[in-house]
Amino acid sequence: MSIKVLFFASLREQVGHSQMQCPWQADLNPRQVWQQITQTHLPEHILVARNQEYCELDTPLDDGDELAFFPPVTGG
Amino acid sequence: MIAIEVCTTAFDPWQALQQFQQQPAFNTKQSGANAVFVGTMRDFNEGELVQAMRLEHYPLMTQKHLQRLVEQACSAWNLDHVFLKHRVGELLPGEPIVLVAVWSAHRRASFEACRQLMEDLKHQAPFWKQETLNDGSTRWVEKNTAG
Repeated sequence: MSIKVLFFASLREQVGHSQMQCPWQADLNPRQVWQQITQTHLPEHILVARNQEYCELDTPLDDGDELAFFPPVTGG
Repeated sequence: MIAIEVCTTAFDPWQALQQFQQQPAFNTKQSGANAVFVGTMRDFNEGELVQAMRLEHYPLMTQKHLQRLVEQACSAWNLDHVFLKHRVGELLPGEPIVLVAVWSAHRRASFEACRQLMEDLKHQAPFWKQETLNDGSTRWVEKNTAG
């Protein structure tokens, strides 16, 4: 049981990975995933998406979810 | 008719518009207005000259999110057609980054929807710019300009 974790742009460079797996457990949320994987504090202004939809840092995650961390977007 | 495209090579927005309008499902007889916005890459940012840019995105989320923005615009205004095209990959100054085109019966809906789509795209769609400056160094763009 695990979730897929993606990192984009400057956060990918900071973490040193574009993709990782994180073991899933009940009540797991994005804030805990970040801390477990990086062992660092959450960067300011970080954005998070669960299954390609924006979510909150305390949104509960399900087994098999795709979670993405990224900095503020700058397209257009 | 709705079209959302993300392309990895340079595109000509006017040619893209022409191709969109040549499709059989495109009908302008009911559309009295068409608003078009084209965003291009500048050769300066934050007081520095910029030589090149790389646009990264989150493909699955980009498609999903752009689709949602277009659906929201279609709920808020009575629109006949929407065409949205965004570039990713390596860009040079002067190259188009984004095209937003909206058709409606009257001008207010086209103007407002085009502006709203562009603002929502800039603030929500998962794209990130990395600039190469004239001295060869690179930096991530951290925020959008005020507009």
